[in-house]
Amino acid sequence: MDIEKLTIKTAHEHLKNKDFSSVDLTESFLQNAVEKNKDINAYVEIFDDCKKQAELADKVISEGKEISSLTGIPLAIKDNILIEGKSATSCSKILNGYIATYDATVIEKLKATNAVFLGRANMDEFAMGGSTETSCYGPTKNPHDLTRVPGGSSGGSASAVAMNGALAALGSDTGGSIRQPGSFCGVVGLKPTYGAVSRFGVMAMASSLDQVGPIAKTVEDAELLFEAIRGYDSKDSMSTNAEVEKVYKRESKEKYTIGVPADFVYAEGVDQGVLDNFKASLEKLKNLGHKVKEISLPNLKYSLAVYYIIMPAEASTNLARFDGVRFGLLKESDTLFSDYAKTRGFGFGKEVRRRVMLGAYVLSSGYYDAYYNKAVAVRNIIKSDFKKAFEDVDIIATPTSPIPAFKIGEKSADPLQMYLADIFTVPANLAGIPAMSVPSGFLEKEGKNLPLGMQFLAPHFQEKTLFAIGKDLEVQNK
Amino acid sequence: MIELKEIEKLEELSRIEMTLDEKKELQKDFESILDYVSEIQGVVTDLNDSSKQPLDPLHNVMREDNNANEEGLYTDRILKSAPKNEKGYIKVKKIL
Repeated sequence: MDIEKLTIKTAHEHLKNKDFSSVDLTESFLQNAVEKNKDINAYVEIFDDCKKQAELADKVISEGKEISSLTGIPLAIKDNILIEGKSATSCSKILNGYIATYDATVIEKLKATNAVFLGRANMDEFAMGGSTETSCYGPTKNPHDLTRVPGGSSGGSASAVAMNGALAALGSDTGGSIRQPGSFCGVVGLKPTYGAVSRFGVMAMASSLDQVGPIAKTVEDAELLFEAIRGYDSKDSMSTNAEVEKVYKRESKEKYTIGVPADFVYAEGVDQGVLDNFKASLEKLKNLGHKVKEISLPNLKYSLAVYYIIMPAEASTNLARFDGVRFGLLKESDTLFSDYAKTRGFGFGKEVRRRVMLGAYVLSSGYYDAYYNKAVAVRNIIKSDFKKAFEDVDIIATPTSPIPAFKIGEKSADPLQMYLADIFTVPANLAGIPAMSVPSGFLEKEGKNLPLGMQFLAPHFQEKTLFAIGKDLEVQNK
Repeated sequence: MIELKEIEKLEELSRIEMTLDEKKELQKDFESILDYVSEIQGVVTDLNDSSKQPLDPLHNVMREDNNANEEGLYTDRILKSAPKNEKGYIKVKKIL
């Protein structure tokens, strides 16, 4: 079995044809995952019941019933997604020892297909970071260059797929946490439309921005995994109702008009190699008959500032639940108040502390209007900019990240430098629209070939459009 | 420039105990982050301007209070996640 060449799609065919069993498949991936993990640290735990899960899948397959494309497929799951009976920590010391008491809806859906969960994937603590360096389990390394970061916060998920330690993975994306590691590791990452996938049982960071989504080797695989996890869930009140299904099922066109926000993309601070690759990718799409058009999204440049107000505000609220009373760690002192302060002071890492404090600041009286309310207003302007832009174009394209994977430790001392790497990914979260990063080639740095990604954005619920254009680019790059 | 006193107030609001060194470091980080995010200040001057209102106003999502879990179904499991519990309750230090 050549696990490097397998995809969900082809593995599924092999399973159906009984070329190999899910136990064979699972054990091949496990063996490679254990071996590679020593250097890469993509997994913080490899489950001890993988074989049992695979046996269950094999039983379903042998019964000859209609099976899902995910049946028996080995997956990595980000450590902020609950699997009943398994540890789930968001890679934070404060949740040390916490065992999930129920399944997240996405897990429930995947269990129903008899997919196989290989283990918990490393991540930035509480999904706060763009490099997987803030994990309490230590950083994940980029499989393409071990001295570099895999991106983040879903860096463990992306690395697990890139190192052939899983066929695909689940991640979460609040400001780019699926797409940016996808681009750094040379795999596909999809942030679905806000509300398309349930967040029930996924640890919340910024509730108006968070989405769960797939990381996979091919666009087709990302689509299969997305199909398996999407859908309305009454347990996530921002989950969408049946009305949107109509939009989603709309027939996809053959040729698209792709909008490029030129003044935003060709700005200072974007690596020249990234820009050259982006232009070359646009040419490839043009050669297929797609149209490329420069568009103006005049307020896009404020996205990052808006994001770094709204996200910490919501995160500081969401993380109030970690208090040493209900879950995980307790550091005792003499009063209840100092129990809270000691537990949180010890349990939260530096970046989490910084964002919780920043959130408290922008929400505090006297600053609320100047920061939070203004950010909400500008967010609405950005949303209308997108709405207007999509009257003229079907898709918007940008590079996924302004830079390729950076060195471990290179940006960890300067939070603002780290934040600036989110410039292209944050707007989709603010607007709630779907966006996907597709591998677009490599850039040579210091003798290593570092993967790059191209990001496509589409109107709400038009993931199908993203899959169509993504497949086109993929074929051109083969 | 944000004062150390303000950082200490945030430390209290956030219920996060920190060392003096870290607070000073945060003071520095806050300066550059706040300076950066302040670029939005000029984009909107009037918060009541109707063109800056949401296209899709928020609405409440309600559900009937039915199909409750069987009583006690999750109690043991949830109590077990708490660092301290006693006789079916989560235990904390006395407040008054």
